[in-house]
Amino acid sequence: MSESGNRIKQAGLATVFLGPAVFFFILIIVFPFISGIYYSFTEWNGVNATPIWVGINNFQQILFHDTQFFTSLWFTFRFTVTTLVITNVLAFGFAMVLIQPLRTKVLLRTIFFLPNVIGGVLLGFIWRFILVNGFSTIGEITKLSFFALPWLGSPETGFWGLVIVYTWRSVGYLMIIYIAHLLNIDTELMEAAHMDGAGGVYMFTRIIVPLSMPAITVCLFLALSWTFKSFDIVLSLTSGGPFRSTETVALNIYLEAFRYGNYGVGSAKSILYFLVVGVITLFQVRQTKKMEVEA
Amino acid sequence: MIQVRRRTIVGVMELGMVLIAMLFLAPFYFVVVNSLKPFGEILKNAASLPRIIAWSNYTNAFSKIKFLSVFSNSIFITSLSILFLVIIGSMASWWMVRKNTKFNGLMFFAFVAAMVTPFQSIMIPLMRVVTDFHLLNSRIGLILVYLGYSTPFTVFLYHGFIKSVPIQMEEAALIDGCNIFQIFLYIVIPMIRSMTITVIILQTLLIWNDFLLPLLILSKRSLHTIPLAVFSFFGQYTNRWDYALATLVLGMFPIVIFFLFMQKYVIAGVRSGSVKG
Repeated sequence: MSESGNRIKQAGLATVFLGPAVFFFILIIVFPFISGIYYSFTEWNGVNATPIWVGINNFQQILFHDTQFFTSLWFTFRFTVTTLVITNVLAFGFAMVLIQPLRTKVLLRTIFFLPNVIGGVLLGFIWRFILVNGFSTIGEITKLSFFALPWLGSPETGFWGLVIVYTWRSVGYLMIIYIAHLLNIDTELMEAAHMDGAGGVYMFTRIIVPLSMPAITVCLFLALSWTFKSFDIVLSLTSGGPFRSTETVALNIYLEAFRYGNYGVGSAKSILYFLVVGVITLFQVRQTKKMEVEA
Repeated sequence: MIQVRRRTIVGVMELGMVLIAMLFLAPFYFVVVNSLKPFGEILKNAASLPRIIAWSNYTNAFSKIKFLSVFSNSIFITSLSILFLVIIGSMASWWMVRKNTKFNGLMFFAFVAAMVTPFQSIMIPLMRVVTDFHLLNSRIGLILVYLGYSTPFTVFLYHGFIKSVPIQMEEAALIDGCNIFQIFLYIVIPMIRSMTITVIILQTLLIWNDFLLPLLILSKRSLHTIPLAVFSFFGQYTNRWDYALATLVLGMFPIVIFFLFMQKYVIAGVRSGSVKG
């Protein structure tokens, strides 16, 4: 076959193999993303309306007048960091126990993972019932003031309510990853350290945790993207309330566009949101990767 | 002595974990138990077992959310999306791994970057695309959107896996006179089977439970999926917990059963899905 015939054949095959994936990817993600940058400089009030170029007006409006956006950003940030730390510490702890020779190991793993398979909307509603009705009943029975708090009725209880639900949901998933990693750690290294007289705490902080940094990188990344992008659990648990105090950025953008009809401002917010997510993710991955060591 | 001490420590740890596990299950206890009570009893004492079992909560919920219809919508959307995702994802990934061109490298980078991009960053203009292509209020429309939206993660999973699959078999088949389609069909697909299972499991959990895309695309009642039906039910019957809890149990039921039966694969899928990028 001639040289050019072969090239045409290769291009044809590339179209068959790569074409469909690339086509849908460009249509559904790349094109909307790029046109979103254009829309962020327009005033646009609905899917069928015509966008009108307004320059940097939307960004000025958000940066100087939209306090709710920054309240949402700050809430999302605090919520993410809190949940990130709690879920990872718990997941790591659970994993340390579950690698021991327990009789109920498989059952425990199933139970801890179970919340993860249920959709966010359903989880939010389940916990709305637990936090409001369940907790007050437990409060009456046990007389513990923790349960008698006005759950979901104040900004603080809304915040911690969300932290509880996210922790309950995510721990099992991260635990699975930590278990897989811990089982792979070279036992010879641990034995050598043990022979040298290393105690439990030393073993943990100086050997197990540093060797687990690759798994920690992955788990922090996952927890970060789950909580920073949280939408459906928030919508069904608190709807962003009370007084928009638990409104995440994802929810704020959704409301801006689809409830208030400000598509242009919504697009501008989504660009800012993308930049924030990008910067935080890069920073996290780079920092934790730096802490990884060779065994 | 040390052996005995160690065994005691493990025993104590196990007991502690069992207690924590019971705490984890407590929400399910509350929901299931109360879903069987009449309304008044739920408000009086949410912790007790039901005195009279109110099956009517379930028959009510079943007909109010049109369970059979929303269940079949969920099945239709999830299974077809995944079928096509597996086909186009595995083909694209194999091509990108085996043909190491600049363009393919760039495409892979774009796929990975898209995985980090929040949905909200494409959501608003996407709705315009969906409207212009007449995909609104169409289950096929939603499936086509998933083909774009879920491709990056699918490619990411396959790509990492295929890199570790030796090329010798494919080369041998080529020498034996197989064409590229035969190689893909008879050599590659069987070799990447375990990753296909992982893709199916992880995408099932994601697409079955997805809420925002169906909310934006399927506003017509008759097209609702399970999460949408539960959501609009709650909008209608705020705090009617007797109906609502039964609805929640019905809504959870299919995916929980799926998990319990496929557990081994789900856990394995989570493990192999978490390889570092």
